[in-house]
Amino acid sequence: MKRKNLSAFLGVMLLVLSAGCASKSESGKSITVWHWMTDREPAFRELAARYEAKTGIKVAFELYAPSDAYSQKVRAAAQGANLPDIFGILGEKRDFSSFIKAGFILDLTPYMSEENSKWKNSFFAKALAVNEFAEGNSYGITPGIYGVPIDIMTIEMLYNKSLFKQLGLNPNRPPQTFEEFLDIGPKLKAAKLEGLVSGWGEIWMIDCLANNYAFNIMGKDKVIATIKGEVPYTDPDWIKVLSLFKQMQESGLLANGLVTMVNKTAEQLFANEKAVFAFNGSWCVNVYKGMNSTLDYGAFLAPKASDKFPMAVWGGAGSSFMVNARSRNKEEAVKFLRWLTDAPQQAYLAEATNNLPANKESINKIPEVMATFAKAMDYATHPNLWGVSEFSPVIEAFDKGIQSIVIGEKTPEQVAAEVQKIKERELAKKR
Amino acid sequence: MRFKATLENYLFIAPAVVIFSIFYIIPFISVFQLAFFDWDGILPTKIFVGLSNFKEIIFDKIWWQSMWQSGYITLIALTFQNALAFLLAWACDREIRMKNFYRVIFFIPPVLSEVVVGLVWQWILNGNYGILNHWLTDLGLTNLTRNWLSDPNTALTTVAVVHCWKGFGWGFLLFLAGLQTIPRELYEAARVDGANAWNSFKNVTAPLMIPVVVLVAILTILGTMQVFVLIYTMTGGGPGYHTEVPVLRILASMRGSSRFGYACAQGITFGVILCMVSFVQYLVTKKAKA
Repeated sequence: MKRKNLSAFLGVMLLVLSAGCASKSESGKSITVWHWMTDREPAFRELAARYEAKTGIKVAFELYAPSDAYSQKVRAAAQGANLPDIFGILGEKRDFSSFIKAGFILDLTPYMSEENSKWKNSFFAKALAVNEFAEGNSYGITPGIYGVPIDIMTIEMLYNKSLFKQLGLNPNRPPQTFEEFLDIGPKLKAAKLEGLVSGWGEIWMIDCLANNYAFNIMGKDKVIATIKGEVPYTDPDWIKVLSLFKQMQESGLLANGLVTMVNKTAEQLFANEKAVFAFNGSWCVNVYKGMNSTLDYGAFLAPKASDKFPMAVWGGAGSSFMVNARSRNKEEAVKFLRWLTDAPQQAYLAEATNNLPANKESINKIPEVMATFAKAMDYATHPNLWGVSEFSPVIEAFDKGIQSIVIGEKTPEQVAAEVQKIKERELAKKR
Repeated sequence: MRFKATLENYLFIAPAVVIFSIFYIIPFISVFQLAFFDWDGILPTKIFVGLSNFKEIIFDKIWWQSMWQSGYITLIALTFQNALAFLLAWACDREIRMKNFYRVIFFIPPVLSEVVVGLVWQWILNGNYGILNHWLTDLGLTNLTRNWLSDPNTALTTVAVVHCWKGFGWGFLLFLAGLQTIPRELYEAARVDGANAWNSFKNVTAPLMIPVVVLVAILTILGTMQVFVLIYTMTGGGPGYHTEVPVLRILASMRGSSRFGYACAQGITFGVILCMVSFVQYLVTKKAKA
């Protein structure tokens, strides 16, 4: 009896173990793609079906959402060397470079350069640059292109045209200068309307606006010099950037509770016409359409605070895919990505998901608001384009510091001093 | 034969041992190991940094602020939450109408998802369209309305109160179970001896409930010090650093800064502090029993 039990137990264990191995042996012509884009999942599946019908290669899109969970999954898979054929990376360029150094990402430069760089030239230059490591980059990565942009993204100011009329403002002329912007604050207070809403509780969106103004006030070179440690955050230009947030708060432009507001709440407030301004990414077109299809709004560049340098827009590649350098299917994966970023597929993605396509040849027939977001690519900037990265604790102190300014707890000078102190600490550690 | 039987026994427990080792022992050892390294969680190479992660924690003001804030929430939970739980348990232990209904109602908050609770309370407390401010305005208390979660003066206390609302059901359940174990004859005897309600409570209920109170206090401290999801959902640690708690800081080090080694060192420091708190409680309890 005991022997029978033992045999049965061993049999079950063997079955379990063999079942675990079964999926490994099955490779052949199939590609696995991991992503986090819930809104694009149906369109991806449709494109996968079309690709299979065309080539016989099965493409399995696996969705892992939300993005936080996805990000952790990719890191865990990297540690176990279990990454799929194609995947995306969420994070800073520093993280991207670590994946490359660890040998997880294929250099796509040779593929991009084929046929007189036909594939490379089909993209918006800045969308591709996000995935590019230039000669002499500070990350120590062999120069090349390591990712394929699927769509582009810009973050801009939005305004509600109907509420503009209600405030006695010209609905076709959003504020052009920071002074004009501030002048709207008292009108908002008088009309008991909320001003600017955004996901400033998720602090990275504060960083976007602050960097836009940093570019506008001191120019790209000085921003990069600050990141390199050559210019302190206590520089008058940085204090001017921080002071803009104080001025916005004092004028009544910022919505109540903005510092802990998540972007979903901000989107609801703007879509329900309770807020006049929003600072949001191009993905919002799809979101607002779902929340309020009759919403009449426009997009505009954040009102400039200085005439010295052009206003920047946070943007570049919205989402990108990378090919696993260790995958047995890497050639098929590259071919699939090339097909996915061809104009017809990109046009379908844009139409189905209201995201801006990365392929510039497919951008002709998109709605007006989306076109404004697309035009903003000319002014786009992103840390992944700068070639250097700021220390994470410095970014956190800077963004949390802006929250403190908005709630009236600290002055711009205090925040600048605190940020600089952290910057010096991090620089000392690096030395 | 005996060897076979022993082998069979070991084989039967092998899956449990393997699973326990993989999911508990190995990660536990890895955390200690990683705390002495600088690692971004991606690169295969880790740089040995000795005790520098721990040294950095000593001077990390935000970390200690988060510890203090966690302690503040714990203090509110220990007093307000447990007092409420005890009072409600005491009321439900008496012969009142619909007591089973109340027992169910009071235990609903703990079984709800923390994310759902966080989002619902965020909506209730919203400064623009929140129902709390709406009620306060209707009652003519407009001067009390505020943005509860974005105001640095109220944010921490507000999340502490919501945490208490979410957690009082556990204390209620344990207190109720404790109260029901007290023999009714003791109350009858006290009444025969002329004790009024307060004397019965002071001389019968309170002494016999001490072990339960200690248990609830330990669970409250350990549970509240590790509060995370609710705060993450409601404020994300903001405004500024006003609602940061240790687990949020560990997450920020790991995910925000990609500093796995430092995050592990923070985790160990936090674990040691919790062990110390539990040890002190154990000593106090031992002394009280003696």
